[in-house]
Amino acid sequence: MNLLKPFALWKGIAGAAVAVGILALAAPPSRAGDVSAGMGILKNSCVSCHNLTGPAPTTLKALWARKGPDLFYAGNEFRKSWLISWLQKPVRVRPAGEFYADHIKPGPVHDVVDESTLKPHMALSKEDAVKVADALMTLRAHSDLIAREHVAPGTISKTMGKMVFGKFLGCIACHRIAPDYGGLSGPELYTAGSRLQPAFMASYIRSPQAWDPKIWMPNKHVNDARIQQLVHYLQSMKGGNQP
Amino acid sequence: MKFLKNVLLLAAGLCLMFGSAKGAMAASAKDNYRTYCAQCHGMQGNGQGINVRDMDVQPRNHTDAVYMGSRSDHDLLTADKKGGLAINKSVLMPPWGDTLNDQELHAMVQYLRKLCHCQEGKQ
Repeated sequence: MNLLKPFALWKGIAGAAVAVGILALAAPPSRAGDVSAGMGILKNSCVSCHNLTGPAPTTLKALWARKGPDLFYAGNEFRKSWLISWLQKPVRVRPAGEFYADHIKPGPVHDVVDESTLKPHMALSKEDAVKVADALMTLRAHSDLIAREHVAPGTISKTMGKMVFGKFLGCIACHRIAPDYGGLSGPELYTAGSRLQPAFMASYIRSPQAWDPKIWMPNKHVNDARIQQLVHYLQSMKGGNQP
Repeated sequence: MKFLKNVLLLAAGLCLMFGSAKGAMAASAKDNYRTYCAQCHGMQGNGQGINVRDMDVQPRNHTDAVYMGSRSDHDLLTADKKGGLAINKSVLMPPWGDTLNDQELHAMVQYLRKLCHCQEGKQ
């Protein structure tokens, strides 16, 4: 027994260290007051462009009228740490804005994004960003879809993930995987790993229409193995120039 | 009783006419094209959408009467519904069968014929 004691002690220390590490990496815990204050900011300043209550558009007219991403499932979609940071320093996630067809024009060779029609997103103070992130994390529509997903821990070579993404499924056609590489009509994915929760990635790839019935991302009937590969690949995409 | 039967028959007929696999009202082919096709095939249907720059296989120019005339309506419908691979074309053309219902897919084939000013087997 005595021989095992040092091992048990070491295990305890290691466990505590891991726990502290996880806590340090995670965003700060939310407080009830922050959630309420954040919800106030959302309702005053954000609701004119973002849908906080659902449902998602079910007609093209409603889809075209949408000015910003729906947020009624933000707590199932985003990582809180990303929200806090992005809200203070917003950088466009959808290169052609929303609705994309309202922000394009014919170019010399092909259609191009009409930057003059895109407006920058408002930036928040750190204090307000924390409150809004806290409030957004409480918006959890479609938790039933999230509960159906199981993203197994694991790794896949980046080269393989890139092949699935680009060659086998053709996702690259609409999504950027580096600031200047890929398509423009979908959200950029070179920051997907720091922005999105893995179960959301899996569920959305499985059926974009389950989340957003009229969205211009097709359901490619991706099988479970490929979904796992894609999510592992996307989780590695945490920003920067990494084609 | 006969009146009631007729009303029920009429209701069933209307359901068949306007109901769809997706359970939603059909949008016009022009609006569907703007929403789903223009991102790659271009706002003018010329194959030059905002996504084309980095695509390995370029999207079809739907105003090309010579090429479009060489494809059957059945091929166009299959590609729209099941994706490019279903007619031995590129994976970059995705399946839209979960987005558009059958009525909308058939209307899209007719819209493509308008864009190319061509018919199946004719230029």
